This record gives sequence, structure tokens and C-alpha cells, in this order.
Amino acid sequence: MSFNALVLTCLAYVAFLFLVAFVVERRASRGQMGFLRSPLVYTLSLSIYCTAWTFYGAVGYAARSGLEFLTIYLGPTLIFVGWWWVLRKLVRIGRQQRVTSIADLISSRYGKSNLLGVLVTVIAVVAATPYIALQLQSVTLSFGVFASATPESWALPNRDATAVWVAAGLALFTILFGTRNLDAKEQHHGIVMAIAVEAVVKLVALLAVGIFVVWGLGGGPVAMIERIETYADPNWVIQPGRWVGLIFLSAAAVISLPRMFQVMVVENVDEGHLARASWAFPLYLFLMSLFILPIAVIGLERMPADTNPDMLVLTLPLAEGQGGLAMLAFLGGFSSATSMVIVETIALATMLSNHILMPAWLWLRPKAALSGDLRGGILLARRLSIMGVLALGLAYFRLSGGSAALAAIGLIAFAGMAQVLPALLGGIFWRGGTQAGALMGLSIGFVVWAFTLFLPSFGAGAVMSAQVFEQGLFGLGWLRPQALFGTSGMDPLTHSIFWSLALNTAAYAVGSLMSFPDPVERIQGAAFVNAFDDEVQAERLGWTHGQAEPEALMNMAQRILGDEAAISFFEAEAGGQGKAGFLPDLTPAFLAGLERRLAGSVGAATAHAMISQLFGRATVTVEDLLAVANETAQIMEYSARLEEQQGELSRTARQLREVNEKLTQLSVQKDAFLSQISHELRTPMTSIRAFSEILTEGDLPAAMVANYGRIIHDEAKRLTRLLDDLLDLSVLENGTVQLNLELANLGDLIDRSLAAASQTRPERAFDIQRDYTKEEIFLRTDPDRLVQVFINLISNSRKYCDAADPVLRIAVRQKGGRVVVDFLDNGLGIAKESQGLIFEKFARLTDQSRAGGAGLGLAICREVMANLGGTVTYVPGQRGAAFRVTVPLRLEKTALAG
Amino acid sequence: MRRPRAPLFLARAVYRKRRLRDAARLLPLLGFFLLVLPLLWDAAPGRGAGQTVVYIFGVWAGLIGLAAYLAPGLARPDADDQAEDS
Amino acid sequence: MRHVLLIEDEANIAEALRFILSRDGWQVSVMSEGEAALAAVAASRPDLVILDLMLPGLSGLEILQSLRADPATAALPVLMLTAKGQGRDRDAAERAGVSAFMTKPFDNSEIRAKVRDLLGA
Repeated sequence: MSFNALVLTCLAYVAFLFLVAFVVERRASRGQMGFLRSPLVYTLSLSIYCTAWTFYGAVGYAARSGLEFLTIYLGPTLIFVGWWWVLRKLVRIGRQQRVTSIADLISSRYGKSNLLGVLVTVIAVVAATPYIALQLQSVTLSFGVFASATPESWALPNRDATAVWVAAGLALFTILFGTRNLDAKEQHHGIVMAIAVEAVVKLVALLAVGIFVVWGLGGGPVAMIERIETYADPNWVIQPGRWVGLIFLSAAAVISLPRMFQVMVVENVDEGHLARASWAFPLYLFLMSLFILPIAVIGLERMPADTNPDMLVLTLPLAEGQGGLAMLAFLGGFSSATSMVIVETIALATMLSNHILMPAWLWLRPKAALSGDLRGGILLARRLSIMGVLALGLAYFRLSGGSAALAAIGLIAFAGMAQVLPALLGGIFWRGGTQAGALMGLSIGFVVWAFTLFLPSFGAGAVMSAQVFEQGLFGLGWLRPQALFGTSGMDPLTHSIFWSLALNTAAYAVGSLMSFPDPVERIQGAAFVNAFDDEVQAERLGWTHGQAEPEALMNMAQRILGDEAAISFFEAEAGGQGKAGFLPDLTPAFLAGLERRLAGSVGAATAHAMISQLFGRATVTVEDLLAVANETAQIMEYSARLEEQQGELSRTARQLREVNEKLTQLSVQKDAFLSQISHELRTPMTSIRAFSEILTEGDLPAAMVANYGRIIHDEAKRLTRLLDDLLDLSVLENGTVQLNLELANLGDLIDRSLAAASQTRPERAFDIQRDYTKEEIFLRTDPDRLVQVFINLISNSRKYCDAADPVLRIAVRQKGGRVVVDFLDNGLGIAKESQGLIFEKFARLTDQSRAGGAGLGLAICREVMANLGGTVTYVPGQRGAAFRVTVPLRLEKTALAG
Repeated sequence: MRRPRAPLFLARAVYRKRRLRDAARLLPLLGFFLLVLPLLWDAAPGRGAGQTVVYIFGVWAGLIGLAAYLAPGLARPDADDQAEDS
Repeated sequence: MRHVLLIEDEANIAEALRFILSRDGWQVSVMSEGEAALAAVAASRPDLVILDLMLPGLSGLEILQSLRADPATAALPVLMLTAKGQGRDRDAAERAGVSAFMTKPFDNSEIRAKVRDLLGA
């Protein structure tokens, strides 16, 4: 097999992965999720745990130290088979609090402290960078194996170039599919599916090599066990300390690694999937490890002594002349490396942008929180973070020269991330854990880990001098990095895990016991620990003292969530309160919900800071907490129920009040309607009567006769138009209207409407903004009626928009089986108190001379849309007047009968 | 926050489910015990890892089988089921 | 020549009234907006004001009230026109001190007579 063929196959495989991700994203955006949401895909995505370290490194690990490599899979197995309820609690909390990363979870639990978020982010980046470098190294090495096995030799300098190309490709993939949306609950379906595919490839590849080795070279399973039994290596004796320590470490890592947290919690679509994963994921690990030892033993027997054991999965089939098998193994290793890097990069980039870049930007430019396009800024921050993380990994790879054994780096990363464990588990099971405790535990654990394991890993004399190794820091013998407090009898890894986690846990416990949490912390603590209970308490507290305009909050939400998501969120919340329209009351429950929603995009700490910037600092006081705490459980239950009833009553009362107001208004309007009709009929009649009388008197110059005749004609036309409108309205209201349903292109309808409406105030030059590609929708509706509504809205905008450079934006969007058309101008909009009235008959807001009509236009629009099975509404809180027309994609005749 | 008036005795179905959950929670402890056992075996010089490998993979498969047996009954937590977590 | 100030926002009606009254020998000026009309009354001191009830800005009723509140114009004859033709409007106008009240549409001769009457010609 030629090296070029390898590169081509590799590129084809990458193109295939892009295609998978692209197709899945397309399907997901159309709501066709199907098997994308199955427990199988979830389980396969968890296999991100098995990186290139597993694929290549495990064989090397087995060749060096025998059975010990199994501990890396036994730890997660123990967690998954019986303690997945811990994971389920994390998933539940993740959904309730819209957690974006493990740093966000810790920060949110301990009082939404961004300092903690920064600390966890730093630990994660420091621990993961070598790990990412390791994946790049494994891909480069595997290319090198093929290159040296082929006649055309492959120059070594190309190694660096390979790593750069791989990193650039990964950055492209991650940015393309990892930053399509911001919200934690809008998952990366494309990436998850690509990873699931890669999971299958790496499993199949490793099994294929294993089967070839056992049956093809080893003489069957029984003979294979014989070989393992007789292969005696003194290094293969199990060391009890490392055995237990590594099982514990890998169990900790499967919970706290950023990439595991990403697929397990953030990308989870259904917590029931964990039940299936509880045995399916251990089964995957079982199959992945089944043939590792045989491959190692046969490889050691057959290959020359200087072979790199980390590459046996590739070199063994190549040496046996199995080019195709080696190719498959190469793709398996490639899959392991790329899937790990993609997910790890997304996880780290989310942390970096939410906890470091965004807070820094908002701190440098506090005004930016209140204006400008935040969403674009956040996405940019995330993309920059992705490139930064990959650049860091690449830099580490080039600086370290890629020499260290694969397994060592993996274990160092595990031990680093495991420092999060005490704060994480304490946070979800112990109400008493505090921010101070978490800060102390994390920092001490991080420092001890760095001192005893991370820095020494560069070798004596590299970062730490050989003197420090032998005599301890500052010459203090009890501060030797691999023999803290004189514990020189331990293996360095076990030693580091033992001391870092022991001191970390102790500092966390003591710090928590000695400090007093602030109110936000206590609320969050209760919400996390009691995640499975009803969410009564936290909802009632929170944002109680302060004030803000709902429109200001809506503006901010729009700039983070996007217009559409923010408007529908506000609309749903208002509906939940029994209010019509888009602006809910600012209840503590609504604000808590809004904060969580924003937290899904920018993290809890930033979301909290942004809301308090608008709403005022004071959120909840110790007195509020005490007031709750002093009540007995029964009273709390009772008052909660009373409050619920009271809320129900006040909602009903509000609905009644609204209905009553509406009725009163209607009765007033009925009178006003008659009076208006009288006025509208009499006004043109007056001119007609006066001028016709003048004309009958004769003796007028011809020019005047012509002029007066024209006035009579115009006024008669005006009368006719009014009568037409009235009849039209009456027909529409009675539902006896005849609709002519046909297929029509929305873009054409908008063209027609714009042309017709341009006669209104033709002297005004409007800048019309449209997205023609989005308008390519075929509707089954009554086109003339729909055009009538569009003309009306566009003419209204032409009449009333007073901006110096008037702009009318027409935005089209398809949402389920409905099409939404927004008409937004840059005028003053409609005053809040008038918004409820504009669709009523004769509800003209300003003077009639300018309007020219009788004030029936919007009333007719509303009736037309009702007849077309759609709606027309006014959307408040936009920059100018904003009307939204919603119309069904396919209007059926039968639907109209009812 | 413990919910008020938690029932002292449970219906048969709920009782079974609770015990099923207990069994699942004990599974990792059982697994850990069985996986640490090889440390106590005689590491006779000249003897390889063949039997230990078979033993460990056997324990592993057993754990997976038990988890697969227990998981369906625990798939959907009702609110009551989790009260003890808090 | 006696001066009539016409406050009417419907351009065609204003044109008709201007034609009818000026042919009858009155000097007619036309305003279409309430605020400006009040200023015009103060400046040009007309002998009669013809006022439409529905106006942009200030309504006819408000203009009438401020005319009556000002001693200089308290006695100024005001003829109110309305197209609404409801008793309620008429009552309100009379309470505010209108001199005469007419409903649109009107006979040309009717308005000629009313104006002549109000100007005491």
C-alpha cells in the first residue's frame, strides 16, 4: 500500500465525517431526530473516553506493565454499573441549571462565583493541553509508521507539517459544527453523531486486529492464554498500590474529565439513556480491552526488540503483510484521536469563552453588556478559544518533541482533572460545602498535583532543578516532590494522587466548615443537593428586591439568545402567567428562569452578573433565607400551597379583569363605531353636497368647474372605498368569505405587495431589506388576501415611519408547518398603551389627514389572517414598529369549515 | 428538604424497586472486592498473567450482566424514589 | 370687510366653505391645525370663527374652551361644525359656550344664513 493511498483514504474518511455531521445537523434542524436521540448513540458518544491513548497506548502500556492497563477501564466500569445515579443527578442538575461545562457547574453551585469558574478552567486547560498534544502525536506517529514501511521514504520534517494540518482540520470541523449555536440545550447533534460513527470504527478496527492476532497468529483463544501464562516478565507483577490507586483515579476521571462531562451531561437528551449506558458503556470498554494483551504478547514475541510498543497495533499487521488491516487500524487510531480532540476542544473553548474571555470583555467594556450584538461577540470568543486550545496543544507537541510514553501523559491529565472531584461531589451531596472551601481545596489540590506530578514529568532539571528533586523545595527535606512529608516508599503517581486528593479534600472540608456561605450560595446549594425534589424553594427566592423594565430585559435576552428564541421565551412565560402578549410580569420565578436560560449560553456567573446590572445588585438577603428557614416544614408546605392557590386566583382574576376591560372597551367601541361611521360617511358627503350645489348655481370659470368636479369624484370614490371596507370586514367577521386557495411563491407575493404599496407616500425612499433565499417558500393559501395584508402593513410603515433614512426589513422564517413574516421598520414604533388597540376598528392613532383611510386597515388584516388560519400581531420591544404575520404553510379547505 | 409525612411502609412494588436500587448501589463494592482479590494471590516467580486475565474478564462480564439485569427496573426514577438522595 | 377664520382639517370641505363665504363677501382665512389656529385668532382677531369638532392636535372643543377662557375672545362668535352628529357632542359644545352648532353635511344657503346671522349683517 502506498503512502499516497493512505493519505487519500484518510481524506475520504474525513470528508465522510463532515458529511455525516452535516446531514445530521440538517435533519436535527428540521426536527427529524429519530435515532439521533437513541441510547445507542449516547453510549457510543461516551466512548470518547477511549482516546488514541487507549487505541495505541494501551498495547504499549500492556507491553510495559502487564495487566495494569485494565485499571483504566475497570474504574469507569464500577461507576457505571452501580453508581450511575450520581451521573443521573449531574445530568438532572445540568438540565435544571442549563450547565455549559464542568467549570460552569462548580461556579454555579458555589454562588455563581466566576473566580471558581476561572480556576477550574485553568486546571482543565493545563491538564488537557498535553493530552491534546498526545493525540496529535499519535496521529503523526501513525503516519510515520506507514511512511517508513513504504518504499517512498517520508522525511521526518514532515512530522510537524502533519501535526499542523491535522490541527487545522480539527479546528475547522470543531468551529463548523461546534459553534452553530450557543445554548447548552441546543446540542451539537452533528458532532455527537460523527463521534458515534468514529466509536464504531475504532471498536471494529481494534476487534479486527485482535481477531487476526488471536486466531491468525496466536492459534486460538486457549493457546493464547497459554502464551500469556508462560510470558513471564518481572514488570508484569501487579503492584497493589498502583492497582487500587489507578482504579480509583480512572473512576474519578470518568466523572470529571471535561470531554466526558460534555458528552455525558451537556449533550444528554434524555436522562433515561444513562440506564442503558450503565451496562452498554462497560461492555464497550470490555470489548476494547479484550485483545490488548494478546496483541502486546504476540507483538513482543514477533517484532524486533527496538519496536515502539505504542505502535504495535499498526506495525504488527504491517509486518505480517496485512495492508488492509493496518489501514483499518490506522483509521481506528485516527478516529480515537480526532473525536477526543474535537470534544475536548469544545468543552475547553466553552469554559474559556464563558469564564475568561466574556467576563474580561464585559469588565473592560461594561457598556457592551447593554448594547451591541453580544451573540456575535460570544460566538467569536468561542471560535477564538477553539483555535487557542488547539494552538496550545500544537505548541506543546512541538516543544515536547513528542517523546514521552503515551500512557504517562494520560495519567497525569487524569490526576489533574480529578482535583475537581471533591468540590463536585461535595457540591451535589453536601449542603455545607462553601465557595471558600471549594476555592481552597481546588487551589491546594492543583498546586500539589503540579508540584508532585505535572512539573516533575518534564524531567529533573527541565522545570524543577535536580536539587529540588533530591533535597526538597527551599532545601526542606519534607518538601521533596516525590516524597512529600517523607513518604518516599510510594510510586510517584500513587504518591501524587494520594497527597493531592487528600490535601484537596481536607482543605475543602475545613474551608467549608469554617466559612459562612452567602445567600446565593445557599440557594444554589439547596437547589443542587435537592435536585430531585420539587423546585419550590429556589423559585420563591432570588430576584425580589429591584426593578427593571421588561423591555430592557427582552432587549438583553435578544442579544444573547437571538431574536426568535428570546421572543418565544418571553411569550411563553407571559402565557404561563395568564397574560397575553410578549411581556411577562417580572416575578422572581420568571427572572430565575430567564437567568437560567441565559446561563445556558454564557454560563451562570455571567448571566447572574448581567441580570443584576439591569435589575439591581440586591437579589436575596440573609433575612429572606432565615424567614424561610424559621418556618416549619408543614407551614412551608401549607404556605406554598396557599401561594399556589393565590397565584392561581390572581391569574384568574387577571384574566377576568382583562376580559372585563375588553368587554367595556368593546361596548365603548360599539358606540364609537357608529359615531365613527357617521363621521366617515358625512365627511365626504359634505364636500360632495357643497360642491354639487356650487356647480348647479352655474357662472363659474371652466377651470373651477373641472376642479370642483374632480373633488366630487374623489370624495365619491372615498365613500365607495369606505363602504367596500365595511362590507369586506363584515364578510370576514362572519366567516362567509370565499377563499381562492392556490400555490404561491412567498417572494413573489412580497414583490407584488411592495410594488402596490409604493404608491403610498411615493416621495419617501425606503430602504427595503430582504433575504431572497429565505423567501423561496411555496405557500398554499389565498394569495390575494395575503397580499392585501402585506400591502396594508407596508403602507402603514410608509405612512408612519418618520426616520430620516427609513428602513423596512422583511424577515421570513419557517417554523414547523408555519411561515413567519416580520415587517420591521426603524421608526418610533407604537406606544405601549396603544399596542392593544391598533387592531380594533377605527383605532387610528394619529390624525386622519395623513392616514387617508378610515382606520379599518389593521382590523381587516386581523380578520383576513384569522380566515387564512394565521395571525398578525404587534411585537413590542423592537427598535421600531414590528408586525409579525404567521401563516400556515398549507391551508386546507376543511380547516376553514370549523 | 425532606418532604413531610413520608410513608413509613411501602407497597410491594415500591419496596421491590427500592431493594433493586440497593442492589445496584452495592454492585461497585462487590466489583471492587472481586477485582482487588488477585492482589492477594501468590505471585509465584515464572508464572504469567494468563489465569488472572481470565478471572478479571470473567468478573467484568459478570458485572456487565448484572448491570444489564438491574438497569431496566431503574430506568425511570419517580420523585419518591430519589427522596433518600437528599 | 369682516373677517372669518375657518378651522377645518378636511381640505375639500375647507375649500367649499371658503368659496361659498367669500362669494358672500366675507374675507375668509383657513387653518387646518388647532395650535396654530389659536395663535392665528390672537394675531388676526377675526370677527367669526368656524370650528370643526375633530381636528388634529387640539380638538375643536378644546379650542373653544381656551377661546372662552381668554377675556379678549370670550365674546367672539363661534360656529361649530361636526360630522358626528350625536347629541352628546352638541351638548358638550353648548356647555362650552358655542354660539351656533351645525351638522355636516349642510345646505350652502343654511351656512350662509347662519354666518350672516352671527355677524349681525
